[in-house]
Amino acid sequence: MSKGIWIVVEQRNAKIRKVSLELLSQGRLIANETGDPLVAVVLGQNIQDLAQEVASYGADKVILVDNEKLAEYTTGAYTSVLNKLIRKEEPNAVLIGNTAMGKDLAPRLAQRLGVGLASDCTGMERDEANFLTFKRPIYGGKAFAQVATDAKPVMATIRPNTFPLATPDTTRQAEIVNETAEIDQEDLRAILKEVVLATSARPELTEAEIIVSGGRGMKGPENFPILEALADALGGAVGASRAAVDAGWIDQKFQVGQTGKTVSPTLYIACGISGAIQHLAGMSSSKVIVAINKDPEANIFNVADYGIVGDLFEIVPLLTEEIKKLVG
Amino acid sequence: MNIVVVIKQTFDTEAKIVLKDGQIDPTGVSLVINPYDEFAIEEALRIQKKFGGEVTVVSCGGPRSQEAIRTALAMGCDKGVQIDETALESVDEYVRAEVLAKAISQMPYDIILGGRIAVDDGSSQVAVRLAEALNIPSVSSVIKLEIENNVATATREIDGGTEIIEVPLPAVITAQKGLNEPRYPTMPGIMKAKKKELKVINPADLGVSGISAKMKVQNYSLPTPRQGGKKITGEPAEAVRELARLLREEAKVL
Repeated sequence: MSKGIWIVVEQRNAKIRKVSLELLSQGRLIANETGDPLVAVVLGQNIQDLAQEVASYGADKVILVDNEKLAEYTTGAYTSVLNKLIRKEEPNAVLIGNTAMGKDLAPRLAQRLGVGLASDCTGMERDEANFLTFKRPIYGGKAFAQVATDAKPVMATIRPNTFPLATPDTTRQAEIVNETAEIDQEDLRAILKEVVLATSARPELTEAEIIVSGGRGMKGPENFPILEALADALGGAVGASRAAVDAGWIDQKFQVGQTGKTVSPTLYIACGISGAIQHLAGMSSSKVIVAINKDPEANIFNVADYGIVGDLFEIVPLLTEEIKKLVG
Repeated sequence: MNIVVVIKQTFDTEAKIVLKDGQIDPTGVSLVINPYDEFAIEEALRIQKKFGGEVTVVSCGGPRSQEAIRTALAMGCDKGVQIDETALESVDEYVRAEVLAKAISQMPYDIILGGRIAVDDGSSQVAVRLAEALNIPSVSSVIKLEIENNVATATREIDGGTEIIEVPLPAVITAQKGLNEPRYPTMPGIMKAKKKELKVINPADLGVSGISAKMKVQNYSLPTPRQGGKKITGEPAEAVRELARLLREEAKVL
């Protein structure tokens, strides 16, 4: 009896995170192989309209838990609800995006279920013996571990931008099930007082398809607007190296590297970044890397697909203009 | 206030990773306190300065992890506990959380701090699992922490913003970069640390024998090294036009 591959769908204000759609897209392919139903589990408030969207990405069944206590993510309430659903339905696998929510939720849920968890995976394969195996970067991407567990459910969090999005099929129908939220009192001990979202129109760093990043060569905080202009022309996000963050030029939430964010965009443009091993660990899984640096010996050129040796203060604005011409 | 800090000894972030007989080779690698755990230690010392009490450092690791514990003691923590994980049959995040929970449940604690991630296995699991194993709440990836009347108000980093969470103590807090600026051990601190208590616990004494890892590593591999590609030369305006063309026509990313 096939018990299902579950995708825990993350949404905010009824907008689904891209990584959840990536997981549905890939989950569909695996479900086709295993014969399991692909189940999308959506927690939140006023989320009824999301059922059709997750169905169009391949879900056979949609479990909605629509409750005011789930309007915003909290560790306790989400763990409580998912733990009970998983114990009831016993799925073969539970997959979650490796986002701020996923990183907080998945370990707590795995511990409550008494199962293992493969975190921040960049690969997932069908495996006869263990149902699925996962590839995960360790040492900030300087090595990989292939991991598996023989217990059920197999649990993993998957890094954003790992799997391609399927073309949604809006004619697809899914079975829709509304479940009530059963939340244990002791899972309501932590209280969410406030959510402050940045007003930036730029995509979130770990989900961005294009990232324009600056390092020590930026020389000061006053110069970051030229990177922002390029990022905006490309519809991308702005990142930074540890050197730029430690110098206090840009907030640490923009840091890419082993002690910052790990990113895998389609295009990563490194401006004035020397390419310390610490930084490379956070971005070397990018599909295409461009380096702009005045030092021809900079290590970043050893990993860049395209490099321009030159003054970034001249090159970057020119590139912004060129991109505007191309896409505009 | 009784403060517990959970730390892990990791490879230095500048370390090159080498495989030997299919395993990660630690030969010649310098070992450090996981950088995120340093934020946790610093925060523990600041909480102690404000409220008094004792800071206990706990680490699951082999004999060399005592060096990391000594460094934490040199920074100002009061006592250390090493849980000797070489005595365990197999280790993963689940096992570490269970073992740490057993050890910590035998000591008084009002708050438990740890790093939000360890830079070696990068799994971000143990501290959160520990909270669950102790049946107390946790807040992950904290960049600001205030404590008043036995309630912690934590600002947590989320994707594209922050959250403010109020949590009754005892609770687990995981530290993100930005929480504070960790101090360096001073010379007198290093001298004093040598005399501080460092207890070694065998997991069997905690009553956790027979526990084994849920996740198994099938193999390790190294990434295919990236090759340096094309260096585009010429006048800046010309080089930029060529770059844009290559990104569009060759790499097909624009």
